[in-house]
Amino acid sequence: MSATRQRPFRRLPYATVALLSAGVLVAGCTSNTPEDSGSGGGGGGNTAASDNDEAGDTVTIGFSAPAADHGWMAGITEAARAEAESYEDVELVVAEGTNDVSTQISQVETFINDGVDAIVLLPFDGAAMTPVALQAMEAGIPVINVDREFDSPFAARTTVLGDNYGMGVSAGTYVCEQLGDNPDAVVAEIAGIDSLPLTQDRSQGFADALAECGLDVDNRVAADFTVEGGEEAASNLLQAAPQIDAIWNHDDDQGVGVLAAIESAGRDEFFMVGGAGSANAMRAIQEGNSVLQATVIYPSTQAADGVRLARLIAQDKALSDLVEIEIPRQIVLNAPVVTADNVDQYIDTAFES
Amino acid sequence: MSSDIGGSTALAAGTGKSDADGPGGSRGARSGGLLAGPVGRNLGLVVALVILCIVGVATAGDRFASVDNVLTILRLASVIGVVSIGMTFVIIGGGIDLSVGALVALSSIWATTLATQQMAEDTHWIVMVFTAVVVGGVAGLVNGLVIAYGKLAAFIATLAMLTGARGLAEIIANRRTQIVRDSDFLAFFSGDVLGIPTLVIIFALVAVAGWVLLNRTTFGRRTFAVGGNAEAARLAGIRVQRHTVKLYVLSGVCCGIAAVMLMARTTTGSSTHGTLYELDAIAAVVIGGTLLIGGRGTIVGTVIGVLVFETLGNIFTLNNLSSSAQAVATGVIIVLAVLLQQRLATGGFSFRRPSSGGQAGGPVLTGAPSGAVSGGTTTDGGPGGTRPAPPGKTL
Repeated sequence: MSATRQRPFRRLPYATVALLSAGVLVAGCTSNTPEDSGSGGGGGGNTAASDNDEAGDTVTIGFSAPAADHGWMAGITEAARAEAESYEDVELVVAEGTNDVSTQISQVETFINDGVDAIVLLPFDGAAMTPVALQAMEAGIPVINVDREFDSPFAARTTVLGDNYGMGVSAGTYVCEQLGDNPDAVVAEIAGIDSLPLTQDRSQGFADALAECGLDVDNRVAADFTVEGGEEAASNLLQAAPQIDAIWNHDDDQGVGVLAAIESAGRDEFFMVGGAGSANAMRAIQEGNSVLQATVIYPSTQAADGVRLARLIAQDKALSDLVEIEIPRQIVLNAPVVTADNVDQYIDTAFES
Repeated sequence: MSSDIGGSTALAAGTGKSDADGPGGSRGARSGGLLAGPVGRNLGLVVALVILCIVGVATAGDRFASVDNVLTILRLASVIGVVSIGMTFVIIGGGIDLSVGALVALSSIWATTLATQQMAEDTHWIVMVFTAVVVGGVAGLVNGLVIAYGKLAAFIATLAMLTGARGLAEIIANRRTQIVRDSDFLAFFSGDVLGIPTLVIIFALVAVAGWVLLNRTTFGRRTFAVGGNAEAARLAGIRVQRHTVKLYVLSGVCCGIAAVMLMARTTTGSSTHGTLYELDAIAAVVIGGTLLIGGRGTIVGTVIGVLVFETLGNIFTLNNLSSSAQAVATGVIIVLAVLLQQRLATGGFSFRRPSSGGQAGGPVLTGAPSGAVSGGTTTDGGPGGTRPAPPGKTL
């Protein structure tokens, strides 16, 4: 017995050492160095013919957004930082991204206590962040609400929104243009997380636009904004619909998985429209050798726009291209369709997913 | 080696597991039912799967029953299936591994960094496979060491690994999705052999290997023993702590393999891979008849469990139903399958009793021996049954 007891005893350290040394070997593989982080930053270039961009009083802007667990959200924070860096009179205080509402509330409270000049806030949950945003406004700090709207119109000085419904409309209109003369065409939709209002808005816009040309969504599946979820949803969808004419996929992050599923099923009788506008998707459109033919942009630069507006508000400046001398209350960004024809125009502001 | 076997045989008797009955004993044996074997224990699940298939054929007809669709279900089930097999070992061994999803993410990220891919390009794509498996194994080793020697509750230790590994994956990947560029790698794993996707074959191989390991080796016997009663196992001469470490390494290695499969399926490595795998795997393992407190379970049950969930998702998509309804159905299935299984396995259907007891050969064939050997000891307060937690137990 003692002999058998000893042998494994000796074996374990060996196994451990072997595993560990293999681990050390492998550890060299974490490097991701050759990284061209040129894209993803804010536009920064095309400025209006005014003195808006000239340095004014230094303003401190607090920035808080959800955790960057998704390519688009990572792009948001990156673009906001890049935008702030391009102004010498802006000091951006970036709170660590969080998906915990109470943490985000305390971040905003900290900004209020620190007396920042403006707050750019992309709430994890708009309704939950409304009270603390009101508090900031009452303390005289302008709040710029980005992407997810507050409940109360008093909680933000101005609001920058992407157009989810408009995304659906753009995608639906594009599909109509391509298939318009064929009322029997099969249209499929791969949505994101189905319980989110933004997903419902996108789907509604898509359905409304398709209805304009007599089409409807024949097959609809929902994924979860991840590559894996997209692959699974698409694999099942392709089995559900033996013949498809067009697919709209809400999100280019999950679109990588969707394309993998399409590739693996060997299907190419349809064209696909993406959503959000990742650099990956745009490169695929540029190359033109996959079913991905177009994508609809949901700008990942909206927090960067928020930073710019915050600076203008804090410095009492106006949007120089408008006659109006105040910053507008709400700005809704367009959701253009990117195709091979105009992809060059958009690829520089696309986010890396 | 000979005393090894001697020890484990003595142990098997001590914990109420007999060779004739197969590991895991069986509660069905108490009623002397025909359902005492592995089929009986998984009958509820098989029934659920059959019902699902009937529903599938009835509602989606040829689209459901087509070869392509069946292969799609199998292909989608294969990744979570491999993870679940590793999980089965850990749970039978009396532990739990909440970190599987995070380990899949970390392995997939580590194996798809530019450095790894460059190395793979210079040599062979096997480097990526090696990396993923080693990363999974080492993370599993850490889990095991912390649990076995650091005396942390498995729930807490692997919960820590869950957040830690996913965080590390995000840091390495800089929260980007990493595309797999090696076309040979993709061609190999996304291809098929005689029409059967490589992923499905890998799943089958892992399942068979898992079955052999669990049912035909000393390692498997020890796993049941450790999970059944860690103190008794220790007294029987098993190095419980070391065995626990091995179980977590095994689970980690399974995560590494699953990561490779997922990289092939999605053509990417991502820190979002494997989200909620821990729950999917635990659900599959548990409806597969494995006791959550350890000491009993089967690989076959786990495989069927995984297939049930994947088939359900497929049917819902084929019928164009919403994912919310699917979530509700999944919950109902978990409860129903387990209920059905308990009824069938404990002989809840009373007509079974007279039929087996009435026939002359009945008791001799199955009832008497298994009832005496394992039915009594496994479930009725023997070392393998319900028990007070012994001091050395590493649950």
